Amino acid sequence: MAPLLEVYNLKKYFKTRGGLLHAVDDVSFTVENGETLGVVGESGCGKTTLGRTIMHLLPPTEGRIVFEGKDISKPKKPELEELREKMQIIFQDPFSSIDPRMTLGEAIMEPLVIRGGMSKADMIAETRKLMDTVGLASRFENSYPHELDGGRRQRIGIARALSLRPKFIVCDEPVSALDVSIQAQIINLMLDLQEEYGIAYMFVTHDLSVVKYISNDIMVMYLGQVVEKAPADELFDHTLHPYSKALLSAVPIPDIHKKTKRISLMGEISSPVDPPAGCRFMPRCLYACERCAQPQVMEESTPGHFVSCCRYKELAGKEEEQ
Amino acid sequence: MSEELLEIKDLRIEYHTDESVIHAVNGIDLSVKKGQTLGLVGETGAGKTTIAKSILRILPGLQAKILSGEIRFEGKDLLSVSEREMRKIRGNKIAMIFQDPMTALNPIETIGFQISETLKIHNKLTKKEARKKACEMLELVGIPSYRYDEYPHQFSGGMKQRVVIAIGLACNPELLLADEPTTALDVTIQAQVLEMMAELKEKLDTSVILITHDLGVVANFCDSVAVAYAGEIVERGTVEQIFDHVAHPYTEGLFASLPRLDRRERRLKPIKGLMPDPAALPEGCSFCDRCPYAEERCFKTKPADVELEPGHIVKCFRVAGGE
Repeated sequence: MAPLLEVYNLKKYFKTRGGLLHAVDDVSFTVENGETLGVVGESGCGKTTLGRTIMHLLPPTEGRIVFEGKDISKPKKPELEELREKMQIIFQDPFSSIDPRMTLGEAIMEPLVIRGGMSKADMIAETRKLMDTVGLASRFENSYPHELDGGRRQRIGIARALSLRPKFIVCDEPVSALDVSIQAQIINLMLDLQEEYGIAYMFVTHDLSVVKYISNDIMVMYLGQVVEKAPADELFDHTLHPYSKALLSAVPIPDIHKKTKRISLMGEISSPVDPPAGCRFMPRCLYACERCAQPQVMEESTPGHFVSCCRYKELAGKEEEQ
Repeated sequence: MSEELLEIKDLRIEYHTDESVIHAVNGIDLSVKKGQTLGLVGETGAGKTTIAKSILRILPGLQAKILSGEIRFEGKDLLSVSEREMRKIRGNKIAMIFQDPMTALNPIETIGFQISETLKIHNKLTKKEARKKACEMLELVGIPSYRYDEYPHQFSGGMKQRVVIAIGLACNPELLLADEPTTALDVTIQAQVLEMMAELKEKLDTSVILITHDLGVVANFCDSVAVAYAGEIVERGTVEQIFDHVAHPYTEGLFASLPRLDRRERRLKPIKGLMPDPAALPEGCSFCDRCPYAEERCFKTKPADVELEPGHIVKCFRVAGGE
């Protein structure tokens, strides 16, 4: 079966006074029906821009986006409206992504109203069903967002995204603003919904533990580019790219007997404005060499495991020696 | 056993608003030993920041009421010393690092000025001496001293947090209150900053109260832990006691709801429900509504502290026996 979403060489540049800002630079990937692609990276790596470009909240600069076998790189308005039914997005901040003047019921019903074709009574019934699906008690129907806590607000965001029965949802850090016990509730809810409705997710986050937990495939981004991409377990068991390794080692493990050896990165992320042609991680990489200044090619190390580092083979050898 | 630097006893704080009374801190006991790091863990609204602010007496005066309690620091009760004396302690013997480095710095003063300010006030240094010491502090936190005359907007988030830490440590405090110092930072930057803090703590022999919601950070950087829930400390002890012998159902729930990098699981086990509204706390145990083990007595009476092992103190009927 063809993948649900195919993205080829997607680029999104922004003009700034300092030059061209390469927010997303030559990113290709696919998302299968009912599966989850995790996109990880730190602030400024372009993961949010990537999600928004796919949703056409931002027009792509270059590249091809294919959804259900149809090219949607430059959709016309009616086409875009149709797409919105099938592709939805959940935003990071449940405090600012919901209209404060709409009651919870109105907010969830809004997509149904916009699509049209349903009677008022049907829409109200559907709204109640959606609230039930995402675990919001019906007594909140007439509450305003400010009366609710973060977890419940994020449930509104999920209910809205779900209302048109999409096949694909971009989840932009949906649990980052929540406390751990609430975060776990929301993650479980999203997994339940995926099982029930067969929705595919693109799960954008900076939290590696969350991404490991929820994803089938994982893509690690750095400064607008994909540095490594692999099935979730493969990525964690055989990490190849020096940046992915450092990122993994930086996560503090909540266990006092497993002190991870931290790989300390020097410095901070460099500027995405007119970046050099070579590997973008080079200025911070412990293993940088002359070849790294050349443009890097994505290579497939084992089936399905892609890495963009000219030295990954030698480095893999080095690890084993230690 | 090293001596206690700070001891909090039966602290109770309320916030009064027009509509209601919020019971933010409800009778907590805490202590920090000299040279050690205490991790204060808990979710939003558990009262962590209120506790830290009460130590420095910087709670909003109009709304916050300290009902009872004692905060012993170097033999004095901080709650009863004069404001004048308190001013000598703040930023000098006890310093605080705030959560958000983006707003903790004054945008219209150079970072150098902001570091030397505390030095001039507390150590009575001249402008020149203060500048020299401030430059040393900058180097110590890994910022080249030539950036002394730059403004906060010229620094990245991680760098700003380093500046905030430099301000906090400038007067070589006995106790540093770090309120979620790395929450706003990326993981690789968080690792840099935490490592630096751990090194400086060793070097300057400072005690730290690290407020965080990240149990991973606690496991890696703390000596002891206190778990806050709805304004109470439900469990406290050394990291070994908490991580290896979890006793309170809430702490247990916190661990179970964490997605783990080091394990393979299919489903998380979240704690059901939400933290109770601090304006309307349940009569019995504050965790009773969410607790999988709750019995009748949990809803009626508040459990008292039980000392399982020396130093491992838990607020729960279950551990008290008689299951």
